[in-house]
Amino acid sequence: MDMGFVLTQAISQAIGVTAIIYLLATMGLNIQFGYTGLLNFGQIAFVAIGSYAIGVFMVQWQGSAFVPNLWVAILYALLLSVLLALILGVPTLRLRADYLAIVTIAAGEIIRLVFKSTDALGGAQGINGKMGEEFYAINPFPQQDRFDFGPLSYTRNDVWVVTVGWVVIALLLLLTWALMRSPWGRVLKGIREDEDAVRSLGKSTYLRKMQALILGGLFGTLGGIFWAVAKQSVQPDSFVPAFTFFCYTILILGGAARVLGPVVGALIFWFLLVFIEQFLLLLIDNGTITFLEPTQVGPIRFILVGIGLMLLMIFRPQGILGDKKELALDAR
Amino acid sequence: MPGDIAAQAVSALATVAPEPGAAKPEPLLIADGVNRHFGGLVAVDVTHVEIQKGAITALIGPNGAGKSTFFNVLSGFDKADAGTWSFAGVTITNTAPHRLARKGMVRTFQLTKSLSRLTVMDNMLLGAGGQTGESMVASVFPFTWKAQEKKNRERALVLLERFNLAAKAQDFAGSLSGGQRKLLEMARALMLEPELVMLDEPMAGVNPALKQSLLDHIRDIREEGTTVVFVEHDMDMVRDVSDWVIVMAQGKIIAEGQPDAVMRDQRVIDAYLGAHHDQQLTASGDSLTEGTSS
Amino acid sequence: MLRGITRLVLVLVGFIAAGLLGFGPAQAEGPSITAVVTGADKSPVSGVTVNVTNAEGFTGSAETDAEGLATIEVPEPGKYTATVDAATLPIGVEIKGGPERSINVLQGDKKALFPVVPAGEGGDSGGGGGGGGIFADITFDRVLQLIVDGVVLSLIIALGALGLSLIFGTTGLSNFAHGELITLGAFTTLVLNTTLGLNLLIAAPIGIVISAALWGWGQNQVLWKPLRKRGTGLIAAMIVSIGLGIALRYTILFFFGGSPESYAQFAGQPGIDLGPIFVTPKAIVLSIIAVLFLAAAIAWLKSSRLGKATRAVSDNPALASASGVNVERVISVVWVLGALLAAYAGVFLGMTQNVVWTMGQFLLLTLFAAVVLGGLGTIGGAILGSFVVGITVQLSTLIVPPELKTASALFLMIVLLLIRPQGLLGRPERVG
Repeated sequence: MDMGFVLTQAISQAIGVTAIIYLLATMGLNIQFGYTGLLNFGQIAFVAIGSYAIGVFMVQWQGSAFVPNLWVAILYALLLSVLLALILGVPTLRLRADYLAIVTIAAGEIIRLVFKSTDALGGAQGINGKMGEEFYAINPFPQQDRFDFGPLSYTRNDVWVVTVGWVVIALLLLLTWALMRSPWGRVLKGIREDEDAVRSLGKSTYLRKMQALILGGLFGTLGGIFWAVAKQSVQPDSFVPAFTFFCYTILILGGAARVLGPVVGALIFWFLLVFIEQFLLLLIDNGTITFLEPTQVGPIRFILVGIGLMLLMIFRPQGILGDKKELALDAR
Repeated sequence: MPGDIAAQAVSALATVAPEPGAAKPEPLLIADGVNRHFGGLVAVDVTHVEIQKGAITALIGPNGAGKSTFFNVLSGFDKADAGTWSFAGVTITNTAPHRLARKGMVRTFQLTKSLSRLTVMDNMLLGAGGQTGESMVASVFPFTWKAQEKKNRERALVLLERFNLAAKAQDFAGSLSGGQRKLLEMARALMLEPELVMLDEPMAGVNPALKQSLLDHIRDIREEGTTVVFVEHDMDMVRDVSDWVIVMAQGKIIAEGQPDAVMRDQRVIDAYLGAHHDQQLTASGDSLTEGTSS
Repeated sequence: MLRGITRLVLVLVGFIAAGLLGFGPAQAEGPSITAVVTGADKSPVSGVTVNVTNAEGFTGSAETDAEGLATIEVPEPGKYTATVDAATLPIGVEIKGGPERSINVLQGDKKALFPVVPAGEGGDSGGGGGGGGIFADITFDRVLQLIVDGVVLSLIIALGALGLSLIFGTTGLSNFAHGELITLGAFTTLVLNTTLGLNLLIAAPIGIVISAALWGWGQNQVLWKPLRKRGTGLIAAMIVSIGLGIALRYTILFFFGGSPESYAQFAGQPGIDLGPIFVTPKAIVLSIIAVLFLAAAIAWLKSSRLGKATRAVSDNPALASASGVNVERVISVVWVLGALLAAYAGVFLGMTQNVVWTMGQFLLLTLFAAVVLGGLGTIGGAILGSFVVGITVQLSTLIVPPELKTASALFLMIVLLLIRPQGLLGRPERVG
């Protein structure tokens, strides 16, 4: 173990599957919270829907005529996502901001616990199995054992997964950019500033908020779909509120209401998280640090996330890409 | 010609009897039996009121008279417990504010709601109605809304010029001074090309230097044929600019009429004296002038 | 130590999911099934025989080792059935969810979890609870037991909810770190009890007082008061509290490890039968003290000058301030009171269950449900909401599986918010 290893680990995680999953979910959160001001703390529920849809349709219901292949399963997953957004949104979008936060976390937990306690949906053990064969079957990369990019080394499937992930992200970034510079995007930003003012100007804010919720939810569900296909495993205890909290950290770090904010945030967040962990492990390994055990390194990372989130909100809520001037005007 | 409408409205009002609930020659807004109560407290109890088209009508009354509540109810920001009201002949009882705006009725807010983190131009553009670009699907295809946007931008600049804000078009609305924000809110409301503009205490917190400017703008709005209703405490302004005054006290309309006559009305003086015992009052002659209150 | 490692690894996997190992494929091994037989606090159960069969006639078996693991190699990927031999289980326990598991093995090892629970029980707060399921009998005895459990849970929730509601009422903050006030209270007492050796009856009051001062008053002084002065918005403050909660939780994990701990005294107290109800004496005593605490707090709020000032600020801070109330002083007091009650809740939980770094976070959503349901910012609402939530949680096990009992309270909260957004006792908010 040396600094080289530390760095390659950090970089590979920063662009890897986990980062992609969190990035997709955070891009959705950016639309909901960054641009529209919706305090959605249940984004993980949308991710769970995506993962579980793939898991249930592809493994539990394997061979059913209702879901002949992966692509149909993905379609269903997206439809379920819209349904979830409607169920979540209709009652809650009329509530105050902090009520919305509490209700969305509660909804996320209810969904997770229902999945966990229903054996037909995997139960406590979750779902493991072949999900995404059709996806891997169309892998165009040549057959070879490993692909080496400098010090980073991946399997053929890994390369395919990560490539597709980033392509999807790029397309969604383009979509976000197009949407947010349009009049529709302007209405969302207006709603974030003052919903009553926007209503008094003749716009239906309820409709726009619902649209933002649905769109952001779809992004999260794509993250969940990706998760299931990439990891071939769906575990209920992965879908906890902490996931959403990390997304908020990433969003605020990169800069909310900036198209590239989530990207910057996710890259830096994961790089730092893995780097700090590996670096500490290295220092323990070579004897520089003697007062820590390797098992204590894990908690340290989360302590830093917690403190980091606090410091960000207090001292630099506009994040990296945000405009300080803009935030000086924020009354929230 | 719009100017004629204004002159007509004023002369039409000369024929109206100065009684609460008086019928107007050309009513734009009519309300009947509007009632709003909170627990046991009756905030609004208006039997009948009509707002004349093309005129500037002031809604005044001591604190707690219910005028803000009535204002909120008519503009859709509060639900009435009873009553009906109509706008240009169309019933709009308990209609949501965004629908009212589309029908041509727009309001401003006492605590200016300029959208701080949007630019002045964006604020104005939000005011424009009927934008195809505001549909989520269409928004992704700029060719569907680019032309409209350009026209709206031009209209916005014209209005900004009128309100002396053109130079600030690209600045964040939050960086404007308080007075400029008031002007922005007024300008933004006009982007809708409304028939009725409802101003909620437009003079609140405005420095004297700006007051005249605001009054001129309000007169300009009337000259264009737009009806104005405003709630105010500032009696100078009321006397200066309004064509008709409606006085509320304890939820009811207690007087209506031309500004000078209303101010001299004993019922009105009683209402103010009774409620404002802690306010400075300088009586000049028989009329009522309020000292500035907190 | 080993247990701590196992727990920590499980937690990390749960949060990160992608793992720290980059994304190479699983190590090429023969396929196998590993049965994991552990108790409620992840304590391993050894010497248990696990049999594996499949439709093609394969059979294999192994015995769980000191870590509670038994690995059985299988000839090829496919569907297998793993069954725990109940005869080899310790007396008085059974496998939750039945002794059989159906497992789909791909390549490499596949884990099968067999959680062990006391026979006939679900393992719960303050005395036996019923393991539910849609087909469980609904007898009068069971209902009574669940109500009693519900009351105990409600008291614990109320201790947290009252503080949460007051903090919201006076400062507008939705405190997502409130659960940590409970955890910190429990751990502060734990240090006094086990590290410094003080008997629990002395350690607890001292621990609670220290918690109130340090984690309550201190937190406000160091963090929230400066933020208020800076003019930090409420949403920003809420997110800060989320970060604080994360930081505190993991700091506790860092220093104390992940294994649940117990106080040195009263740990293994057996329950007694009071007619149809089964309850431990300590639960009764702790509940009575909880009632006294809550009653004292409410009486203080209703009658003392500072208490009335607190209610005034909670109702309308601007008006209270204009009337001469020292709002900052009131807020300080609210934090002390909130931390005090929460610390006692921590000790309560620590004595009836155990002391573990996740104890507060586990309760947090229930606290919010209680406060929101009862009416954010109200005192009576917090108490009422706590009882509605607490009893719902326990009674719901009559019709839903035990894992879903918290979910039923959350669901109730959501439903109520739709009908009555201000909560049961809250004041309707004016629109516009």
